This record gives sequence, structure tokens and C-alpha cells, in this order.
Amino acid sequence: MNALTYESPGSVDEAVKLLAAAGSDAKILAGGTDLLVQLRMGMIKPALIVDVKNISETTVIKEESGGYRVGSAVSGAELGEHDGMNNTWPGVVEALELIGSTQIQGRASMGGNLCNASPAADAVPAMIPADAVCTIAGPDGRREARVEDIVTGPGQTSLKAGEMVVDFYFPPRPARSGDAYLRFIPRTEMDIAVVGAGISLTLDEAGVCSAARVALGAVAATQLVVEDGAAALIGSTLDDAALEKLDAAARAACRPIDDKRGTIEYRTKVAGVLARRAAKIAQQRAEG
Amino acid sequence: MTSENGELKWVGKSPIRPDGADKVTGRAKFGADLMLPGMLVGKVLRSPHAHAKIKSIDTSKAEALPGVKAVVTSADMAEMQPEWVAAGEVQINFLDLSNNILASGKVLYDGHAVAAVAATNSAIANAALELIEVDYEVLPHVIDVEEAMAPDAPILHDDMFTQGVTPTPDKPSNVFKEVDIAVGDVEAGFAKADLIVERSFKTAAVHQGYIEPHAAVASFSEDGQAELWCCTQGHFTVRAYCAKLLGMDLSDLRVTASEIGGGFGGKTTVYLEPVALLLSRKAGRPVRAVMTREEVFRASGPTSGASTWAKIGVTKDGKIVAGEAILKYQAGAFASSPIQPGCMCAFAPYDVENVKVKGYDVVSNRPKVAAYRAPGAPISEHAVESVLDEIAKKLGIDPLELREKNAAKEGTNAAYGPKFGPIGFADTLAAAKAHPHYSAPLGPNQGRGVASGFWFNIGGESCATLNVGEDGTLVLATGSPDIGGSRASMAIMAAETLGIDVADVRPIVADTASLGYTFLTGGSRVTFATGMAVIEASKQVIETLRERAAKIWDISIDAVIWEDGFAKPAGANAGEFEPMSLGEIAAQAGKTGGPISANSSINAEGAGPGFGTHICDVEVDLETGAVTVLRYTAVQDCGKAIHKAYVEGQIQGGAAQGIGWALNEEYIYNDEGRLDNPGFLDYRIPVASDLPMIDTVIVEVANPNHPYGVRGVGEVPIIPPMAAVGNAIDSAIGVRMTDLPMSPPKILAALDNGS
Amino acid sequence: MAKIHVSTTVNGEPTEFLCEPQQTLLDVLRDELRLTGSKEGCATGDCGACSVTLYGRLICSCLALGAEAEGHEIETIEGMADGDSFHPLQQKFLEHAALQCGICTPGFLVAAKSLLERNSDPSETEVRYWLAGNLCRCTGYDKIIRAVLECAADMRGA
Repeated sequence: MNALTYESPGSVDEAVKLLAAAGSDAKILAGGTDLLVQLRMGMIKPALIVDVKNISETTVIKEESGGYRVGSAVSGAELGEHDGMNNTWPGVVEALELIGSTQIQGRASMGGNLCNASPAADAVPAMIPADAVCTIAGPDGRREARVEDIVTGPGQTSLKAGEMVVDFYFPPRPARSGDAYLRFIPRTEMDIAVVGAGISLTLDEAGVCSAARVALGAVAATQLVVEDGAAALIGSTLDDAALEKLDAAARAACRPIDDKRGTIEYRTKVAGVLARRAAKIAQQRAEG
Repeated sequence: MTSENGELKWVGKSPIRPDGADKVTGRAKFGADLMLPGMLVGKVLRSPHAHAKIKSIDTSKAEALPGVKAVVTSADMAEMQPEWVAAGEVQINFLDLSNNILASGKVLYDGHAVAAVAATNSAIANAALELIEVDYEVLPHVIDVEEAMAPDAPILHDDMFTQGVTPTPDKPSNVFKEVDIAVGDVEAGFAKADLIVERSFKTAAVHQGYIEPHAAVASFSEDGQAELWCCTQGHFTVRAYCAKLLGMDLSDLRVTASEIGGGFGGKTTVYLEPVALLLSRKAGRPVRAVMTREEVFRASGPTSGASTWAKIGVTKDGKIVAGEAILKYQAGAFASSPIQPGCMCAFAPYDVENVKVKGYDVVSNRPKVAAYRAPGAPISEHAVESVLDEIAKKLGIDPLELREKNAAKEGTNAAYGPKFGPIGFADTLAAAKAHPHYSAPLGPNQGRGVASGFWFNIGGESCATLNVGEDGTLVLATGSPDIGGSRASMAIMAAETLGIDVADVRPIVADTASLGYTFLTGGSRVTFATGMAVIEASKQVIETLRERAAKIWDISIDAVIWEDGFAKPAGANAGEFEPMSLGEIAAQAGKTGGPISANSSINAEGAGPGFGTHICDVEVDLETGAVTVLRYTAVQDCGKAIHKAYVEGQIQGGAAQGIGWALNEEYIYNDEGRLDNPGFLDYRIPVASDLPMIDTVIVEVANPNHPYGVRGVGEVPIIPPMAAVGNAIDSAIGVRMTDLPMSPPKILAALDNGS
Repeated sequence: MAKIHVSTTVNGEPTEFLCEPQQTLLDVLRDELRLTGSKEGCATGDCGACSVTLYGRLICSCLALGAEAEGHEIETIEGMADGDSFHPLQQKFLEHAALQCGICTPGFLVAAKSLLERNSDPSETEVRYWLAGNLCRCTGYDKIIRAVLECAADMRGA
């Protein structure tokens, strides 16, 4: 029988020390909505659980240089109640808030959603278009990394042993910009994304798209950044032709699997549909 | 009984349920909530294989683990014979039952129980399971019903020779039996048809999805007597099964039904109960065993998935001249499926001269099916109701009118045999047609579908005891576990019959040692059959009350009547006496002959068939295939609604389960034959945001065989939704979905193929 | 395996317990504190039958460790009634027959109370989405939603 230890350090340094000492036998507990299921199902047998919710850096939202720094363990419910983040990056907020039920929202965090590294994570394809950067603390000190560089495969991240994500920085939103995240699930709630699409875009004064970022979830082993999709939007007013190109680019980028949640054909087709629909919502938000 | 003549005081009202307070405060004790001193944790080791030979089981390491108090395998069970014997009202093959509870020789599905342990805590019990070494020889498996019927399919049981075929085959197969129902001459009928529509369908295996996992607490004494606490729809059935499987006398096993957190048919058999008893007997301590949700899905009964085919011929004015169906039902790993009722129900709502239904009962490497609301009926009636919808559209006849033209009525010979008495099918059709829902406008990509359903409803054995307290309040004991408010209905019928306040009747569910045999809660029988026992006991109490009043007044019992809860002189000739209440008579019971109580033991006959008609509006997202149920109305003939709100609740709940069956619920197996979605995350039952309000219309065509006219409610409402939803989808997008569930990927693929 | 000592507040009562590191808050409530009103329907956060509030947030107690309760306040179904009088939601659930088997009822009540504390005038859609993590297999949700909406209206009027 495994001798599990629970620790609840009060600082990042302390947490990193614990994590580094335990190596791969350690697991970080933020909201626990993935970890405790894996523990219960016997999928993981860690020797150490490090609860990071008693660390102020991981649990607060701060305004910083016109943007926001969000602790990695901040719950969906707390983020959803934060006016600043709702006004600035509503697509990010809605993505995190889509995860699970009200009960799950009371706990689930962006740090956990990212580091669990599920291809179907909802928050990640919304954070990528927002150009979110995460702070990573480890035995060798702190470093920054773009969110899109963290997940390397299902359940796999680029974090090194002893490292943890401390927070995410969301930059100020440029003028006339908007973001949106949509996902498809079979029911109206409680499912894992079959497809997710996150878009952030900026319009010029004439309403022409001058910058765009497009990301997809649940259609490949990691979240996808769809450069061709962004290119399809840039220079357009998101007219039907541009949206059709976005749709095609999204479909072309997909490398999904057949599983109990959807087929390859279905995921591919719906990725295009959701990209189009998310782009229109982002446009409306950009138009204010 | 005043209520038969005059106004009903309680029947049809919705008083607050007597067990309500405990259920809104968390005080109610369900299966897993009982703790006994010294109680051990029981856990079950399950097969990871769909089909494998058990070459050996070595439990020695598990037994040696400190904290482990008992390990059991099938070797600890009493030896069973391969025969079908009566257990209560149903036929049970105890060899199969025994082998399902703990596998012997072979495992036949992913999740099949192989061994069990009792330990001082759950961590030790889990560790012990990992120490049990089972040597398996994996065998080829088969999941799909059609594949299981193929000549080269892996055979589950070497001794299964198809029943119902002459001569009996000389080679074993996975077809346990064939069922044939025929009236008239279908070929001649089809020859007269102006339009014939036939279509094949597939329906998925779906789970009852009760929120409370199976749980049992067993405590065995050294003298061979045992107590068992469990969540079950029938504790007398549990007693019968467990006593047989453990080789016990019925009187040595006292079973108490805990509060039960849903069953829908799935808690009518035993899984953990005999295992907990075996472990307790071996360990000499109480044992509690509780399934995980994963175990519930992998190892407790879903209902059959099926392949179906229906063919219906009509004249151009919409009269059905012939109906034919072929039904292939999964039984799971052991015989048998609800193929018989499935075949009987297929065409039951309609007056058709020529009917032929062929059914196949087929085993495959899935968990043994258990009853689920109107077992078998939703599957066969889905095929018929879908084909009828297609006929209505082709003929340009309103689908409710098509059904009205063919509806079975009083005097119709049902296709499955009997002649119907008074029934309310036509009334449900008329009520549906008149409902504002049916004529409400629809928007783009929206469609409306209707479908009907039939279920026999059943009676059976029930007992009731009424004990009158000295203060005039009563305790009413029945043996029917209360799964959806039946105690409230029992109290209502007793209070109505006695003419007293419903609050003065305290209904309880008595254990197996305290009351006579009562068949399980299921088949929509409790309000009908146990209700009749309650009414019978109430009448006996009235007789006693009259007798006591006569004694007190010193007049003949014939001179005393019982009216509105009072004994009164029958008339001027009887003498001048102030009416005496039940309480006043009860207070003097000691002096007038002793405590007042009554027992009734009946086998209720004359259950009234139930019919329902549902209307469903959907909207389809043409780009994602997502279906939204916009509006839903369910009309049902209940005979008489005893507790109106709980009757509505039964209808709403059944409809919601049917909508889940239609749209998203399914058992998904991977290539290795392992269940891929054993949890509420990917076994997708409807959540609150998936559904609209479900409007109900209660039609009351009294069942003449019940004092208040009760038919039964719970089964019928799950039958129409699958076809109603499918018919609505077809109306919305012009595509007939034939493969359930009608999930978004399937709808989008169908749209793409259609356009 | 060393047990962890946890000091917490349960339904307003200062409470201490010992738990193993892997024991969930639900396990602790049921097995250590004998508060069996919170039910285990799935143990994976998919059914809501174990709903409680921890530090004022609605959560599934099956998805929190007992050890996490240190220094925090927990509210369970057992703390919902005020002495011998029901919370208005409990009363409304009874009047509306918003329960059949009753296994999901504690979770629904705890979740609905949390909703009404935040939103005194929720729409039907808001109630349905707030309660989407509470599965009920008996009622089709109709009477539950009506009970919550009517309770909210009554509480606003009171």
C-alpha cells in the first residue's frame, strides 16, 4: 500500500522544494477535479500531494500593466466573478467556466486545466489566442513560457521535474479587440469537449480584421494554433468568404481521433463550424 | 366505505409525503448509510476480460494480508442446478444467478465478479483485491446481438440449445429462445394493403441510471441466522434468492429494505447481497459492500440493446391491415431478455387483425440485463411507432388521427391474446389532439413528433398490516419498498377508506420477518396491488370498529354503519347514540376485545392496461447535429391518480429517461469488449439544462378491478419518447434516424448523406 | 500511514477529525463524522449528490480531500434546517413533490441554496444550468426547477 503524504505549503519556494525532493512521485493539487478522479480510479499512485491553494501567488487575481495576472489555482467561479477579466478576456473566462458543473467551477483552475494536459481542455484553446504567458517556478528559479508551449501530448507537458505553474499573465486587450471560445458537447453541460475553438481578433477603425489568433481543442493530441485560420480573417470584415476560408483552414488543421465522444469526420466538420461561430462572437465583442 | 359513493377526500390530492422530512434533511438512511459495530468493508474483484476461462484463482496472498478477514469465490456458494424454478412470481435459473454473482469456470463480460474480500478498511480491501491472482485464458468475445447470432460466433454457453424451435437444435448457439406471436394471416393482410412501410432499427443498451449505487450490509450470527440491509425493490425477493444461493432457510434470513435511491427495475435482482452475506458468514463480523459507479455500469443490469424490424400495411384511408416485426434482444451474458413482453407489446395499442411477431433472446458478452421500466416494450414499440409515423407522413394523415383510426378499445382482441376491458387509449389520443401544444406554431429547423405506448401493468402478491394505536392513529405496514412516494399513496388509500385524516396514518415498509411475502416494487403494481391489500386491511379494521361500537352500544353489528370516520347507528331503529370516532373506539379497545389490527394477504388480479401518448418538439442544429427538446407533453391514462403530484412525477421521470434513451445514452464497448464509458461523464443521462418542463395530462378511465380505479403509472411513460423524438427529428429535417441514440455525430452524418 | 489532524467548522460547529491523506471530504463526512446526508453517487464529480459548501463555494465533496478542510468552514445538508424548522427550500421541495427516491435531494438542496444566496431572482434557464451538475433520474427535473423558482419568488416577497 502506498504511503501517501499531503502537504500544504504556504509559499511557492516551499512547494518547489517539496516537489523537487519527491520527483515524479509528487502531484500538485489545485482544484483537484482531475487529480482526485485519477487518484480514486487508481490511475495514479503518488507518494506526495502538494496542495497549492494556501499560496497567495497562486490564488489571487491582480491587475498588472493594464493586464491581469491570474493565479494558477484560482477557481472558475472566482474568475467568473472578476469584472476586469470578464471585460478584458471574456473568451478566457467563458472557457474556464464551461468546465463541468457549478460544483466543479468551485474548484477547477486554469493551472490544473493546463497541466492535466488533456487534448480536450477547455481553458487552453482560449488562453492561447489571448497570448497568455505563464510563470513557472522550479528548482532553478523562475521562467516564463507561452501557454501554447506547455502541452506536448496527452498528459504530457514541457514542465521539468519540480516545476509548477504559478500564474498566468493576460496582456491588456488592444483597442477594438474581442475574444470568444465555443465548444461542442453532446449535452448542454457536464461533458468533455468534443471540439473547442478559441479566437481572438482585432479590428481596425474601418472594421477590417488586423490581427487574429485561432486555436482548436480536442481535434489533435495537443491544442492547435491555426495560422491559416488567422490569415483567413486578417484583412477581411469577416464576410462569408473569409469565414468559409477560416472554416476550411480549421478543418484542414484537424488531426482528430475516433472515440466515444466523436468521430474524425464529425470533429473535423464541427471544428470549422465552431471556428466560424466563435469568430463572429469575437467580432461583435471587438465592435463593442 | 363512504368514498365509493361520495366525494373523495384524499384520493387525487397531493399531501406531503410521510417520509419527506427525512429526505430533505439528509436523515433518511439509504443502502450505504448503515453502520454496525465492528463492520468490515467488502469489495469485489471483477474480470478485466469480456470472455475468458478461469484457469485458477489464488487467494492465499490476499488472505495473508493483515486486516483481511475473509475472501470468497464461487466455491463458497451452495451448488445450484441448471433449472428454472419459481421464485415469487418470476422464473429464475439459480445456476445462472449464482454464476453471475461470482463467476465459476468462465467470466462472460467485462466487470463479471470473480472474488470478494472483507477487510477492516477500504484501503486494505483494495490492496487485497490486487493480491488475488486469477489466471485467465482469454477467449474470443462477441458484443453485438446480430454478430452473436452468426453461425461462427463465439459461444458463451456450451449447453445453450435454442428453445422454442422444433426440433431443438443439436448445436449450441447464443440464441436462448425464439418467441412467436401470430394472429390472423399477415400475408393475406399485406395483400390488401395500399401502402406498406418496413424499416430496420437498432437501439442501444441503456442503464437504469439510478443515482444510488447498489449497497448491502450483512450480519451473520454463529447460529446460522442472518440480517441483511440493502437497497432493493423487493426485499422478499432478495430473501428468496439469497437463502437459495447460500442454502439457508427463509426464516433464518431477515431482510430490511433501506430507503432506495432509484431502481427503475434495476434493483429487482441481487448482486452484492449474497456476497456480503458470504463474507459476513466467513468473517464472523458485519460486512458492508457498496458498488462504485463504475461497477454499477459494468456489472449491474442495463436493459437490452436490440435490432428490430417492423413492417406495417395500411389501406389508403389509414386502416392497418397487417403488422409484422422481428425483434432481436440482447440478454447479456445469461438468458434471458425481456423479449416476451417486447413481442407482446409491439402491436398491442392497435386493433389489427393480422399480426406476426418473431423474437430472439440472445446472449453476448455484456452484463446480464435487468428489468428497466416496462421491460422490452420501449424497444419493440419504438419500431412500430416510428413506422406508423412514416405511414402517416406518406398518406398525408395526421399521426394522431392515424392512431385514432386503429386504436384498441374496450372489446378489442389484443394481438398478444386477451380481450381488452375498459381502456383509455383513445382518450389519450383525443387529449393530445386537444392540447394547445399540438397546434402551437413551429420555427425553422423545428419539428413535432408524436408516439404512443402500451404496458400491461401487473398485480401479484401483497400483504398489509394496519395497527390501530390507542390514540386513534394508525401504523400501516406493507412489504413494498417505496421508490417514488408509494407510502404517501398507501396512506391516502387507507385514510380514504377509513374516512380519517391522512396524517393519522403512518405508513412504513416492514422487513421480511414482520410481514407476509410481498412481490417486488415493479411493473407498476404497488399502487394497484399493495393498494388493494391496504384497502382490504382498512375494510377489516372498519369491520372491527363497527363490532366494537356495537359492543359498546350493546346493539347488533348490523345496526352500526361506518361513515366519514365515525361509527353511527344505522338508523332510527338502531337506537340513539352519538357517533364514535376511530379514536374513541380505539381508546376503549382493551375493554372491548383487545387491540385493533388487521392483516390482508392477497394475490391481486385484474391489473388495468395503461396507455400514453406523447408530443415532442425539437430543434436541430443543422451544422452540429445537436437536438434540443423544446417542448414535451405526456398524456397518460392512469385509471385513477391516488397522489396526483407523484403520478405526474412518474410520468415526467419516465419521459426524461426515454428522451435520454433517444438522444444520448448508450453502452460503448471497445475492441477488447471492455465498457468504454462506465461513468456519468460519458454515459450521458439528461441533465437539468437538457430538458424543458414536461407537461402532463392525466386521463382517468377507471380500472373496474380496483376500488379506486387504479391502473398503474410508472412503466408507460418511458415507452413513447424514443419514437416521439425520432418522429420530431424527421419532421424537422426530413431524415429518419434508425440508430439509437440519435446523437449529434449520427444526425450530422445523416444530414450529410441526405443532402 | 500517519493520519492528518484537521480542525474545521462543520455547520457552524468547531469540529476536529483525523483522516488519511487520500480520504476525500465526502469519506470524512460520511465515515468519520457520520454525516451521511451527503451521498456518493459517482465519486467523480459527475452527479452532485455529495454537494456541500467549502469556504462558501459549492463543491462536490468527493473531489476534495478531507485534509483540505483545515481552517475552513463546511456546510452540509445536515445544517440546512434551522432547529426544528425547515429552510424554505426544504419546505418547497416537500410541497412540490420535488423528490421521488430522495437520494439526490440533499445535493439539490445544498446547490439550490447556494444559488439563491447569489441570485435571488434566477430565470428558469439559470436554475437549470446552475443545477446541471446535480443528476436526478426520477423526476425529469420539472418539479425541482419549479420548487426552486417558487422558493426564490417567496423569499424575495418575504
